[in-house]
Amino acid sequence: MNLFGVSSELRPVVEDLNRRFEGRFDALVTPRLNEVYFHAAMDLVPGFCAHLCRKWKARLMTVFADDARAGHGVFHLYYALVLDDLHGLLVLRVPVSPETPEFAALTNAIPAVNWQEREIQDWFGLKLIGHPNPRRCALHDDWPAVHPLRKDFNLDTVLPPFQGERHKFRPVEGEGVFQVPVGPVHAGIIEPGHFLFSVAGEPVLYLQLRLFYVHKGTEKLFERLPIPHGVRLAESISGDSSFAHATAFCHAIERAAGAQAPQRARMLRSVCLELERLYNHVADVGAICTDVAFVTANMHAMRLKEQILRVNEHLTGNRLLRGMACLGGVRFDWDADQIKRLNGLVNDLRPEFDSLVQLVEGSSSTLDRLDTTGILKPEVARDLGVVGIAGRASGFAHDLRRDLPHAAYDQVRIRVPVHQVGDVRHRLQVRVDEVRESLALIQTFIAKLPGGPLRIEIGEVPPDRVAFGYVEGWRGEIFHWIRTAPNNRLARCRVKDPSLQNWPALSEAVLDNIVPDFPVINKSFNLSYSGTDR
Amino acid sequence: MPGILTKSLSTGIVTTRYPDTPAHASPHTRGRPEIDWPKWNDARSAAAVCPTAAIACNDAAQTRTVTFDLAKCVFCGLCADTDKAIRMSNVCECAARHRNRLVATAQYGLNEDGTHRQLIAGPDAATAMHDAVSSATRNDSIESLGRQIQSRAARLFGRSLHIREVDAGSCNGCEIEIVGLTSPVYDIERFGIHFVASPRHADMLLVTGPVTRNMELALKKTYDATPEPRLVVAVGACGCSGGIFGVNYATRGAVDTVIPVDVYIPGCPPNPQALLHGILMAIERTA
Repeated sequence: MNLFGVSSELRPVVEDLNRRFEGRFDALVTPRLNEVYFHAAMDLVPGFCAHLCRKWKARLMTVFADDARAGHGVFHLYYALVLDDLHGLLVLRVPVSPETPEFAALTNAIPAVNWQEREIQDWFGLKLIGHPNPRRCALHDDWPAVHPLRKDFNLDTVLPPFQGERHKFRPVEGEGVFQVPVGPVHAGIIEPGHFLFSVAGEPVLYLQLRLFYVHKGTEKLFERLPIPHGVRLAESISGDSSFAHATAFCHAIERAAGAQAPQRARMLRSVCLELERLYNHVADVGAICTDVAFVTANMHAMRLKEQILRVNEHLTGNRLLRGMACLGGVRFDWDADQIKRLNGLVNDLRPEFDSLVQLVEGSSSTLDRLDTTGILKPEVARDLGVVGIAGRASGFAHDLRRDLPHAAYDQVRIRVPVHQVGDVRHRLQVRVDEVRESLALIQTFIAKLPGGPLRIEIGEVPPDRVAFGYVEGWRGEIFHWIRTAPNNRLARCRVKDPSLQNWPALSEAVLDNIVPDFPVINKSFNLSYSGTDR
Repeated sequence: MPGILTKSLSTGIVTTRYPDTPAHASPHTRGRPEIDWPKWNDARSAAAVCPTAAIACNDAAQTRTVTFDLAKCVFCGLCADTDKAIRMSNVCECAARHRNRLVATAQYGLNEDGTHRQLIAGPDAATAMHDAVSSATRNDSIESLGRQIQSRAARLFGRSLHIREVDAGSCNGCEIEIVGLTSPVYDIERFGIHFVASPRHADMLLVTGPVTRNMELALKKTYDATPEPRLVVAVGACGCSGGIFGVNYATRGAVDTVIPVDVYIPGCPPNPQALLHGILMAIERTA
């Protein structure tokens, strides 16, 4: 095997895999230093993943399929593993024949891919073998037998309106057990989803989630749009992470094109990512307080959030940072007045935020509701592959800003706050720690801001290139995987929002908690429905 | 408790003041695009960069029909980057009562090289983009907008206006701004506008998102559960037109394909001031 093009950190792993699975790889492809593809047969999947997880502390970050029947005569499954300590991605690609469209489930060994494997079954019509719960996940039960991400399915297909049963929930029975259905239209101003609580008295025995109400065909739509328009679509995957998703998409395209955004653009990207983190974290601190009836704190938090949104608007023309991202860099430069305004925000926010935290920590009735509520145990978090804030509150210390540096994060030292308790209080604490870190980071980036161009031209990207783009958004890690097609289009765009990974953990965290605590537990995760459903 | 009080007192009033503090606007804000129709000589480059086909050209033998649909516009400004005839204004309040008032169409004579000549017809002067849209002028402050809503709602609904927000497929961007209306900075409760938990308590539905196939039934049921007289306001590019998602196997597109809509609020997302402006327009309709 030729190891040229593999980073020095990943090289021992690749050598070890070559020894361990000698002769079983059909090919080794290294499009980038930290992104290595192994092509092999399906029966290698469990051994390959188990070996990497056990020996090299890898984690299976995403599993997805790609309809490659046109070029290769088969579907491809991709198993992407992240090696955080070695700052790299190892990807196993295996073929699935259209004659026997089936694949073996990995969920029993790695529960973290439960939903994603079922998604593949729904989107591509590849039958899951040996999955403990092979029911529909992405498509509601009333959907006809269509497989939208197959190439022979047209994006414009008109499906008949809803009829019949939407979702077959599992029965929960016993003396005094009753069901509380909630949604999809919720009481607050939030996104739609259906929750079915099974309760005995106040405590929750079991929570079943029915999501994908806001599925908009986003991944399929990426295959139709010219690549530059994809940036705007990426901004609409999850509104609260507009900039993070758009940047992850740009990053993927840039990597596929073998280009890198100029230094100044990477710095500005990092500042915008931190601004997005700031306004969401500050809002969440307030919203968590609201859900335990401490509304005053939320009023202060909303006031601070508005300040941040206004600075966002002053810097990028849009309060949610939309329109700023573009292929090869960023669209708008900042003059001295804008930088001054940004510095002013950071200076104002620091004492204001400290005072807000003091207010929350000084309220014993609030803390009483947050402590020991909605505990997600570290071992459960690890099994479910929980990422982002929720992961860090449950002892899972990953942060792509440090582990897979992107934008300008390779130029700063990132401290990753980690707690072991995993309750609402500590998910709040992670946010508090990260707000302070973000404020410091913004100042560092601004102080270091170099001159130079804002963007480089990304021409037409050649067909059949594959690449991962990644960003640590405020909620957790975001991955976009693309395969290019002729005429500057995409053959496939896989979008992995952290919410997709974390939703099953919510079902675990609410067990044995009382129903009235559900809103605050849910808020402490604050997962995106749109990001999950796409 | 003393800490809470002290902090509230030392913070003071952050709500923008009645009667007339100017609306917050940064010179960098991207509002709706303004097109210099007579001087526009080639719409093709703008149409090519527009991610939502808000600008579209249609060529027939000797003429080119150019359409600009504000309901589809996401205010990204890419057209203004490539075409000198287009300028991004910082006007964000552009709600309209009729979908077709958000569309401007013009016809040009076509040149051999693909550019176009002088304007033959249009754009229609009655479109919202050339119209003083309502008695609430765009320079109105949040307060005077709110006060107008308060007085109209008093006549219409007795005392106050109760709104049920329905996310029928949004990316959650519009929700961020709608929640912003309840912040102490905008504080719409002082005008008697409340967000309520059930459609049965509501006078108005504020609907976001392209309506997904999976939310279609829920939206219809919510509409049916809202007592009359009821108003429906479609929010954002997606709610007004389907936005970048349009119509596909998973979405039905604009809100008005599923339930009747009284007012359209363009924007991606519309800011709190634009939302208030649209809500006011909806009430004025029946007042």
